[in-house]
Amino acid sequence: MRETGVIDRRLWRETSFDLTAKLFRINWLYVLLLCALAGVGYVALYSVGGGSAAPYAARHAMRFAAALVLMVGIALIDIRFIARLAWPAYALALALLVVVAHAGHVGKGAQRWIEFGGLELQPSELMKIALVLALASWFHRASWERIGNPLFLVPPLLAVAAPTALIVKEPNLGTAVIVAAIGGAMFFAAGVRWWKFVLVLAPIPLVAQLLYNHLHDYQKARIDTFLNPESDPLGAGYNIIQSKIALGSGGMWGQGFLHGTQGHLDFLPEKQTDFIFTMIGEEFGFVGALAVMGLLCLIILAGMATALRCRHQFGRLVAFGLSVNFFMYVFVNIAMVMGVIPVGGVPLPLVSHGGSAVITVMIGFGVLMSVHVHRDVEFPDRRDEI
Amino acid sequence: MGAQVAALGVLGTRLYQVQVAEGARYATLARDNSVSVRMVAPPRGRILDRFGVVLANNKQNWRALLVAEQTTDVGRTLDNFSQLVPLDDRDRARIERDVKRHRRFIPILVRDFLSWDDMARIEVNAPDMPGILIDVGATRVYPFEDKLAHVIGYVAPPSEKDVDGDPMLSLPGIRVGKAGIEKSRETELRGRAGVMQLEVNAYGRVIRELERQEGIPGDDVGLALDAGLQQAVLDRIGNESASAVVLDCRNGEVLAMASNPSFDPSLFNTGVPQAQWKAWASDPRAPLINKATDGVYAPGSTFKMAVALAALQSHAITPEERFFCPGYFDLGNARFHCWRKGGHGSLNLHGGIKNSCDVFFYQVALKAGIDPIAAMAHRLGMGTALEIDLPNQRIGLIPTREWRRSRGHPWNLGDTVVSGIGQGYIQVTPLQLAVYVARVATGRAIEPHLTRTIAGEMVSGAHAEDWPRLDLPDKYLAAVRYGMWAVVNDRGGTAPEARLPDPHVQMAGKTGSAQVRRVSREQREHGFDSSKLPWKYRPNALFVAYAPYDAPRYAVSVVIEHGNAGATAAAPVARDIMMKALTRDPAGRTTAPGTTPADQVAQEQPT
Repeated sequence: MRETGVIDRRLWRETSFDLTAKLFRINWLYVLLLCALAGVGYVALYSVGGGSAAPYAARHAMRFAAALVLMVGIALIDIRFIARLAWPAYALALALLVVVAHAGHVGKGAQRWIEFGGLELQPSELMKIALVLALASWFHRASWERIGNPLFLVPPLLAVAAPTALIVKEPNLGTAVIVAAIGGAMFFAAGVRWWKFVLVLAPIPLVAQLLYNHLHDYQKARIDTFLNPESDPLGAGYNIIQSKIALGSGGMWGQGFLHGTQGHLDFLPEKQTDFIFTMIGEEFGFVGALAVMGLLCLIILAGMATALRCRHQFGRLVAFGLSVNFFMYVFVNIAMVMGVIPVGGVPLPLVSHGGSAVITVMIGFGVLMSVHVHRDVEFPDRRDEI
Repeated sequence: MGAQVAALGVLGTRLYQVQVAEGARYATLARDNSVSVRMVAPPRGRILDRFGVVLANNKQNWRALLVAEQTTDVGRTLDNFSQLVPLDDRDRARIERDVKRHRRFIPILVRDFLSWDDMARIEVNAPDMPGILIDVGATRVYPFEDKLAHVIGYVAPPSEKDVDGDPMLSLPGIRVGKAGIEKSRETELRGRAGVMQLEVNAYGRVIRELERQEGIPGDDVGLALDAGLQQAVLDRIGNESASAVVLDCRNGEVLAMASNPSFDPSLFNTGVPQAQWKAWASDPRAPLINKATDGVYAPGSTFKMAVALAALQSHAITPEERFFCPGYFDLGNARFHCWRKGGHGSLNLHGGIKNSCDVFFYQVALKAGIDPIAAMAHRLGMGTALEIDLPNQRIGLIPTREWRRSRGHPWNLGDTVVSGIGQGYIQVTPLQLAVYVARVATGRAIEPHLTRTIAGEMVSGAHAEDWPRLDLPDKYLAAVRYGMWAVVNDRGGTAPEARLPDPHVQMAGKTGSAQVRRVSREQREHGFDSSKLPWKYRPNALFVAYAPYDAPRYAVSVVIEHGNAGATAAAPVARDIMMKALTRDPAGRTTAPGTTPADQVAQEQPT
């Protein structure tokens, strides 16, 4: 028995293995799911383009292909090496956020974008990944006792608060909330006691009131019109109403591919980006939309499965954090187009048109896949040291 | 993880709610979004005369439109355009304002009512004017121009008070009847709008036509009018400020209704120039007024038959009762003169009418009393609203004691005296005069009407039997008619000028010369000659007639404003009009004079 155990240990706890072995360990089912999601995006963007691959669908496919290669590349990088890059990556993302706050490209009234070697990047997207890595790196080393120590939680709290504040200032409320939520999820996963969350969250209604008073008018308008979209049907509430109309006109079975009237007649705003899910709902109905939601759910669950199967705390936390990140994208976007939460500039990952989002999301999946590939490596945590 | 699945579950539920549970509601909203329902104006019904001659028609109206997005330089396109068809600064300013106001794919009106030549020139030079396109709409045309303006009326863009709940009136370029038959038959002429369902995008651009439901064209309205007779009547009136009405005695059909001077009805369609308005407003001959229905005049001696019938009916006199005329009649201190200075001597009713003796009728009026006279006048169609199918008519006035009292004055016997010769407060319209003579001629309470057919179907009222009898004894009517016969045909009658050239067809008539201002005793003693007065103070000349005497068919009334004397100014006009009516005989034939039935069929083909 013991012999077997040793053999087992050698087999599963390999510290390094060659490229072929790594490729073999990639979760190709997961890659397939991502390709399927990108395919959904292609179909939807083909329809948005008025039944043509130009201008959206073809570019989307090319970007996804490039991002897929990038993702597999990242997946092959040793997770322990990535772990060492966690804090530098966080520092870089934070620096970019500072830069974008001062010199960013203004798009739709917000400074969110930065030119990076011909590629437009949204530093806030990078920050989500960097934050997950940084927090995982922090908690990975922590023993239960240390996690129980409130002082230990101060640095990671600051690590969450700093980018959140910068993103709020951009201003990009949606992403800021997502970043904060990811941070919170990481704390939770690391084992922080629930009453500590209550302690931090309790003053939120008060803070929210204060924050609301300092919001930009358009952000206030978003919240106001969310609460009562019909109050301003041609102004700020237009997007939500039109989106609901388009979804509703899809009904159970949809109006059919390329036959959605609201999208094609331009009643639906920003349908190639934020409202792509509405487009799908209109043309493929409740059934089609639900199928896409099922696919998204599978991807999230697969990420969670990776977290559960990982043998080191860092990998568990990273896989969990990145899955939560993806989940937050999906939830915020879909909730937004259905009028459950206020409109925020959050795309549906791998479906919406937009290069930056595809690249960053795929980088995140690359890291997640790296966790999956290196799920059994020796990664000493210091839980028991003290 | 469970939380995430739960959250997605919530979203799925919400998705079901939006897409399936409330799907129908949102689907309706979606349809409202993308389907624009537009009305299409149906062609307006035509107006025809009794022989099918077109009196009001629809003509294609070429308009030049500008689509701003099809040209790179709106200014240059307009410059080139104005070299072909001049545009003034106001037009330019309006166009440029519209270009700014509307989305660039919406056509903007550059110029309306282009002639064929303009249109052709624009088409040939189209390459120099990108963005200009020619569009064809419908406009109303009146082939008879001013000759039927008062009867046909005109159309113009609807105003606030025309809005009657028909959404069609909101269509751009729509016209509604504003006067005449165009107004009174608006409902029949208008038709019902067609509906076009268009798919539009969020910016209002039309993507495609989904469905088209043609409208119901307006009905053609056929008038009893004979355009040829109308033309002849106007020719005969010439330059006078006058009106004339020809009725079919037996059924009240209006065969001609002329009012001169007139106006061009199509001006209202295109817009009346300011200078034209001023000219109309300042013209003492009131071209916009339909004198036949809206002009009121003292009937003068033409009223005497009504007085006679009132007296006979109330048994105040008998046809043979004689009255003496010394040339004047004294009532208390007041002296009322006869038109003949020396008087007529002793006269019975026949002589009274034949000589139009004023003193005879002063006395008859006094014997009858004003209220029976007013009742008879109303019964004969005067001072009362007629059923004429025109939007406006003046009612005129036949005074009664009650009417006078309601104005705070007692009725004076002197008022009865002057009423006996159709002066004083009495005011009637030429149409009422024609109805009056027709009723006297036939003994039936005919009502005047213009409409004969709607959509080819006869309307009621074309037969004598459609109209009730007046319930006046034939012998009284016959006595009055005989007097009217003598006026024209007997030796010593007051209107020998009105005698028809053919001795086998005789006309009965009555003159009237109604003062428009009082003649003082001084003037009378110094050899007063009303023809030397300024035009607007001269008496109005009237003549009413019917023919043939033995089988009444046509009734004519002629009022020549300030024509001075009925016998000399109005009677010859009435005679010539009657001759024309008798020779054309529109009421006695079904095809236009000078055509065979075969021609008629050819003419009725839709054009």
